[in-house]
Amino acid sequence: MAVTDTASGRSASGGGDAPPKVALLNNPRVRSWLFQGVLAVIVAYLAYSGWMNMNANLQAAGVASGFGFLDENAGFSVAQSLIAYDQGSSSYGRVYVVGVLNTLVVAFFGIVLATVIGFIVGIARLSNNWIVSRLATGYVEFMRNLPLLLQIFIWYFGVLRLLPQPRDSIDFGALGLLNNRGYFAPKPVWGDGAAITFYALVAGLAIAYVIGRWAHRRQMKTGQPFPSFLVGLAVVVGLPLLAFLATGSPLSWDMPELGAFRPSGGMTVIPEFIALLVALSTYTAAFIAEIVRAGILGVSKGQSEAAHSLGLRQGQNLRLVVIPQALRIIIPPLTSQYLNLTKNSSLAVAIAYPELTSVFAGTALNQTGQAVEIISITMLTYLTFSLLTSAFMNWYNARVALVER
Amino acid sequence: MTNSVLTVAIGAAAAVALGATAASAATLDDVKAKGFVQCGVSQGLPGFSNPDADGNWSGMDVDLCRGIAAAIFDDPEAVKFTPLSAKERFTALQSGEVDLLSRNTTWTMSRDTQLGLNFAGVNYYDGQGFMIRTDMNVNSALELSGASICTNTGTTTELNVADYFRANDMDYELVAFEKADEVVAAYDSGRCDVYTTDQSGIYAQRLKLTDPGAHKVLPEVISKEPLGPVVRQGDDEWFNLVKWTHFAMVNAEELGVTSQNVDEMMESDNPSIRRLLGVEGEFGTDIGVENDWAYKIIKHVGNYGEVFARNVGPDTPLNIARGINALWTDGGLQYAPPIR
Amino acid sequence: MSHTPIDHGDLAYVRDQMLAEQPAPRVSRGAIGWMREHLFQSIPQTILTLVCLYLLYLIIPPIVQFFLIDAVWTGEDRAACATQAQGGTQPDGWFGACWAYVGAYANQFIYGRYPDAAQWRVNVTGLLFFGGLTPLLIPAAPFKRQNIVFMVLVFPLAALILLTGGGFETGGLYLPLAVVAVLALAATYALALGSRSDPRPGLITTATIFAGLFAVVALLGVDFGLERVQTAQWGGLLVTLVIAVTGIAASLPIGIALALGRRSHMPIVRFVCVVFIEFWRGVPLITVLFMSSVMLPLFLPEGVTFDKLLRALVGVALFASAYMAEVVRGGLQALPKGQYEGAMALGLNWSQMMRMIILPQALKMVIPGIVNTFIGLFKDTTLVLIIGLFDFLGQIQSSFSDPSWASPVQSLTGYFFACIVFFLFCFGMSRYSMYMEERLDTGRKS
Repeated sequence: MAVTDTASGRSASGGGDAPPKVALLNNPRVRSWLFQGVLAVIVAYLAYSGWMNMNANLQAAGVASGFGFLDENAGFSVAQSLIAYDQGSSSYGRVYVVGVLNTLVVAFFGIVLATVIGFIVGIARLSNNWIVSRLATGYVEFMRNLPLLLQIFIWYFGVLRLLPQPRDSIDFGALGLLNNRGYFAPKPVWGDGAAITFYALVAGLAIAYVIGRWAHRRQMKTGQPFPSFLVGLAVVVGLPLLAFLATGSPLSWDMPELGAFRPSGGMTVIPEFIALLVALSTYTAAFIAEIVRAGILGVSKGQSEAAHSLGLRQGQNLRLVVIPQALRIIIPPLTSQYLNLTKNSSLAVAIAYPELTSVFAGTALNQTGQAVEIISITMLTYLTFSLLTSAFMNWYNARVALVER
Repeated sequence: MTNSVLTVAIGAAAAVALGATAASAATLDDVKAKGFVQCGVSQGLPGFSNPDADGNWSGMDVDLCRGIAAAIFDDPEAVKFTPLSAKERFTALQSGEVDLLSRNTTWTMSRDTQLGLNFAGVNYYDGQGFMIRTDMNVNSALELSGASICTNTGTTTELNVADYFRANDMDYELVAFEKADEVVAAYDSGRCDVYTTDQSGIYAQRLKLTDPGAHKVLPEVISKEPLGPVVRQGDDEWFNLVKWTHFAMVNAEELGVTSQNVDEMMESDNPSIRRLLGVEGEFGTDIGVENDWAYKIIKHVGNYGEVFARNVGPDTPLNIARGINALWTDGGLQYAPPIR
Repeated sequence: MSHTPIDHGDLAYVRDQMLAEQPAPRVSRGAIGWMREHLFQSIPQTILTLVCLYLLYLIIPPIVQFFLIDAVWTGEDRAACATQAQGGTQPDGWFGACWAYVGAYANQFIYGRYPDAAQWRVNVTGLLFFGGLTPLLIPAAPFKRQNIVFMVLVFPLAALILLTGGGFETGGLYLPLAVVAVLALAATYALALGSRSDPRPGLITTATIFAGLFAVVALLGVDFGLERVQTAQWGGLLVTLVIAVTGIAASLPIGIALALGRRSHMPIVRFVCVVFIEFWRGVPLITVLFMSSVMLPLFLPEGVTFDKLLRALVGVALFASAYMAEVVRGGLQALPKGQYEGAMALGLNWSQMMRMIILPQALKMVIPGIVNTFIGLFKDTTLVLIIGLFDFLGQIQSSFSDPSWASPVQSLTGYFFACIVFFLFCFGMSRYSMYMEERLDTGRKS
């Protein structure tokens, strides 16, 4: 690069006196294509030599390559799986699906929790109450300045040490058991006719949506407000409840029971999940709090004053004026925090929560030795999450872009 | 701009100078040229390969590497150790980062045939076992249905335990960690009822628990785990040297040659001993080292029995009996082909 | 309205002198007033305040109790930090931090297994680094240019030689370097000919660069009689700082090049840069480290191997440079268009424009962003423990498996110590970043 720099440096000072006869190399287009050509050749060469080296190395080592291993029997067990997984007959392909689902599960709950904590802390930082704002600031500074991995370790080993052995489980009665093997919740067992309740729920959601649209349109036309939220809520809750009672309460609970080792029955939430979830959400919440604070501060004071002078109450002002505008500022960085949380869930590999990196790029890679294939699949999966997120972000930005007049 | 170009160039040059070394097919020539053996070991397994607070390595796997260094350089300290995780170990060997892997690695057919590696013998016959808290009142692995089990990921251990529980129609929960220290920490903090790995590993890791006395090892051994050194395929000279270093140590024990008496044994009339110590024959030259190669190994490192007793035997904290690792003459499995 | 003064006459009840100013009522000034305004302005606020106070009461006293009051400061082994039931000397029910253990391991936490006799070299490197960095960070300190030259050219070489021991086998490097030098000189000459300009300045620059490279290679080959220390022996804070600093130093030039490439008008360049940046930003660091530890060796020609630490460094540098590129791009985008137009109007070509006008302003503007990236990288360094390198946290974790200090409070103490160290580093840097932000902000306003 230094080479072209100096050469062009000369041409700039010397090129002024003969404008009609510009040397070919001084033509910006030629230069640009020459440079790009060189770059393309270098990139292609690197890719090619890497590929050839890899093939040569794999061949020399006698390692079979290809994706055939995905159909092979995995033969190891996975601690948490959303889909049916049998250590005897399930394939590595299924291990991958199990891993992706576990990643999504912890990411989903982490995002919900982080958003809730983040908004509370972010608003608390703006509070007039000195101690509340200081406490929130302390939280943010403390969480942001410690490595996430350290926090995960502390939560994991902290949680494990604080919780009792199974035989001394903390008993929540109808809510299940808690011990250092995890949280054992009652598992709902749906009987005959449960499907009707489910359909009722779907119908309720649809009706609530229609009511909301109608109420909005009416308010736009006539200015008459309608309590669409409360009515909608009543429909969404009431309709399934009616259906449930009408079909004779087709639901029973499978309660966890203490055994010789961990409790049997019920649903298990493993401690790795709890520790990872808490660590991810409290860590990300600190960043979200800062985003929320910046978003609210970013709405100019005049907006609130104008809203008040229009006669809106404080709550209405927040709901109708401040938050919609703050969201415009908040959502793009918030989305990237969500993405960060999803990517950070890969740290589960340190505490054996069986998500994608841990179970696929960890266990499956170690068992098969197919490093290239497995790492590529794993990276492409995260890349897909990331690209989907940016696609959403672009769509959202285009949607909420200020229409300047 | 200029500065950044320069920085990149310096970085690249430094990279080449600092880390890139070229390994050719002839490992032994390479080793002789650089003056030391680069040996891949575990990240810390007492009795097999473990660094002390000053960074000095000791253990059975370490002593094998020292034996090889002694055979080549007459200096057991001419070894450098690369601690490797279970995940990295084969790549490190394949890529030439280490000259041999002496890292309690189980010899299996797929590893031997699919990974481009050769196992050069078995320096410890092991089997997978279970450790459990004494106060759990469990006396057999068959009572473990429903238990939570902590282990290392990416090992044969993980597959064996799956097979064992399936064969006995028992249910279990597996918690598999990337690093051995994490497994121990999780087991110690009560995450699991059972810790499973090779029995040697169990005895070693038990020392790291807060209260080693409160845990016991169940009698069942559920698998065969022949552990041994591994070299790259296609370099027979180096393969032979590694293989015969181990055999020399076993033969020495069988013939009663120890590091104490090896100098007197040089005058022995026993032809087997004379051949072993290089008094007779040209056996060393055939594997690319000097003829007194075995003398150097025994002098500096000791015979197999000494190595065993020093690192894992009854007088050590690990307190492992010879068991199947006794010589074949004592009813064990350690058997070395004769030197002739 | 008119403001005609009213004639008060001699109305007795009308005051004709102003009253002296009274202090504010007692309840609205001083500590009480402050508290009324900031803590107890309404009933809900009062409840909130009380809840927060209770929270603090729950959190702070036990921490102080554990880490200060009940802590053990001296001791030889685990006996000092275990209760009698656990085989120690403390009374049963005792629960406090074991600082004696941190003291015993302090050396390992800082240097890892770096040989004792050679630790002075780490100290010298650290002195050089902080000595060179501090004046660089203080905006008012003089000799910025010399300082930068020291940090960019002298320090990396000195650190490399001091930390590893120098004396590399560089004999094989001279020939390839000479070939590249000749090719580069030829290319410079050809380009100058092609653009009908004077080839001399270009040739001189290129020759200087390669002369410098030869000098560097020669210097690396010199045996200074220092003991060689393999990177496998490095550990603790040393590894954390080496990875974070090298990562950020390598990512800066790469990041600048990528950011420029992403804003370039050349389609292939832009495409390559966008793909590179989005790829590294889209994947988690741990998969990058996995890749560098198990996949990278496969991409190299047979027989060429990389040191484990170096492989992690490559991964971290690539990863960080993508983030750095976005930070720099932010600075480039924030520059008003007039700066570009003005530079072009002066007849500067692209590289002159970047070097003299755009980058100095853009980089100065993104200093807080760079510091924030560094903080992130510093925290992320901990991930290398997963691939088996012993950074600061990894070293602390590995000390937990030492039976001579095993006790229930050991890991809690170790993690807390890690918290303190990381917090001090990261908090300090974030304060610096905020200070720079404020400073730069006022600079732009005036």
